[in-house]
Amino acid sequence: MSHQATAPGHGGGPGTDQKTTDAPVLNKAVPVRHPGRWLSAIIIIGALAALVQSMLTNTNFRWDVVGTYILDVKVVQGVGWTLLLTVISMVLAIVLAILLAFMRQSENPVLRWSAWGWVWFFRGTPIYTQLVFWGLVSVLYPKIAAGVPFGPEFFSFDTSTVITATVAAILGLGLNESAYLAEIFRAGLKSVDKGQMEAAEALGMGKTKIMWRIILPQAMRIIVPPTGNETISMLKTTSLVLAVPFTLDLTFATNALANRTYLPVPLLIVAASWYLLITSILMVGQYYVEAYYGKGVDNLAPAPMNPAAAKAAVARTQSTEAAPRSPEESS
Amino acid sequence: MMTVTTEEPLVKIEGLHKFFGQHHVLRGIDLSIKSGEVSVVIGPSGSGKSTMLRCVNLLETISAGRISVDGKLIGYREIDGKLHDLKTKEIAAQRRDIGMVFQRFNLFAHKTALQNVMEAPVQVRGQSKAAARTRAMELLDRVGLADRSGHYPSQLSGGQQQRVAIARALAMDPALMLFDEPTSALDPELVGDVLNVMKDLATSGMTMIVVTHEIGFAREVGDRLTFMDAGVVVESGDPREMIAHPQELRTQEFLSRVL
Repeated sequence: MSHQATAPGHGGGPGTDQKTTDAPVLNKAVPVRHPGRWLSAIIIIGALAALVQSMLTNTNFRWDVVGTYILDVKVVQGVGWTLLLTVISMVLAIVLAILLAFMRQSENPVLRWSAWGWVWFFRGTPIYTQLVFWGLVSVLYPKIAAGVPFGPEFFSFDTSTVITATVAAILGLGLNESAYLAEIFRAGLKSVDKGQMEAAEALGMGKTKIMWRIILPQAMRIIVPPTGNETISMLKTTSLVLAVPFTLDLTFATNALANRTYLPVPLLIVAASWYLLITSILMVGQYYVEAYYGKGVDNLAPAPMNPAAAKAAVARTQSTEAAPRSPEESS
Repeated sequence: MMTVTTEEPLVKIEGLHKFFGQHHVLRGIDLSIKSGEVSVVIGPSGSGKSTMLRCVNLLETISAGRISVDGKLIGYREIDGKLHDLKTKEIAAQRRDIGMVFQRFNLFAHKTALQNVMEAPVQVRGQSKAAARTRAMELLDRVGLADRSGHYPSQLSGGQQQRVAIARALAMDPALMLFDEPTSALDPELVGDVLNVMKDLATSGMTMIVVTHEIGFAREVGDRLTFMDAGVVVESGDPREMIAHPQELRTQEFLSRVL
């Protein structure tokens, strides 16, 4: 915004309303031409058209089979399970990640190093290996008991009744993801200006309140975009739960149908379409979450005015002791 | 709340030293501030004046020496002549009665002006939201910003942000206010508004330690002026007297450069 644009800026002196009678003649410059844009558009539209044409005319795509199975009970149930795994694993991962990020910032060296070790292990081994491992836990430890090591036992249970395939899948996905998210959360917490912490400390706020009420809400602005990325990634990583083995998710369902019908391509298209649809919905959700946590920084919708404030403001303007205050337009 | 005890100062800094690693920033500071006094601290940048101020509410740890506010030792408990560190919670409790205003305002960016002022009374003092809101609106009105209560810090000018920051500190009803170069980050034409609020506060009897470059403020409002250089107090006395007739050579040099 340059010369004589509009509103008088912040902190302008009182009553310096420069109303010029003759309006300025607006510049009408010849815009720069962009032939490259036209050229690239032609190339890309051409390529897309060729692709669409091939998809419609190539009978190997078997769109009729796609139509038959896109709403098949097994497929829709698979979508449900995939969503369930994604949501529960992500919630588990986020809870753990917040905890881990706080631990990494703790003054307690034991907590700091434990969190570091957690991230080191779960980020350093393949997700596939971890999923297979969780599937085998009940073989490794047939019985889990709580008690004092080398001492008395309080209670115990059969591992296979508790760590079912679903639980194993969720643990495998959630714990692995927590390591990645912990680093994202740590970066977010570090991005908040040190002054915010100092101001809260100077007001006598406790450590926990400072974290939850001051630092984390501001860190969320940085945390949300990569976490959305991770959620979408998680949606597709659920296709690996076959390793547990967990056999109800979308990829397993469509693969099973493909093996039965000997038609892999149309069933891959079925699976891809569903993943794409869910991803699109997640992206919409992310937009709103970002808008929420961007308040005060990215999202500057005029905050609603407090009625008491309005009254006080009116009262003061009437008893004009006009202190030099910025004569901004009404908000 | 402040009982005017005859002799005992509200703030007592004795033999204060501060090291940042090998760097010896404060080299034995002694300073007393009586209740209701406005104590202005000036000095070149790097002289340690901000560090000294930040030690008073423990934003910096104290390397050596003692600070007491209202008779209570800051940051330590003394048992049989031996110092014990206070717990984080106890330190937080001590800070509640000491207001602080920062050079860079440090308003909570995700909260409106009103929410900034209400935050600590509700969360720390446990006041009801309604009571805290009423009081916050009074304070915003006092600093001339009642009509900006719904604005986020990024929608306010520097001067407005600093006045909200002062209101935020006052909402805790502190016995002492610390100002760390409150006008140094402001455009020149916005400095006056903030200084006016501080003058008003001084007139109302608030005990204030003000680290600043505003010699005019020191002369007009200050009860005592302290000049620091290289981590020591060079000269301290009546502001008008000291500005007119500085005794020490370093004070004379500094004043001749800033006046």
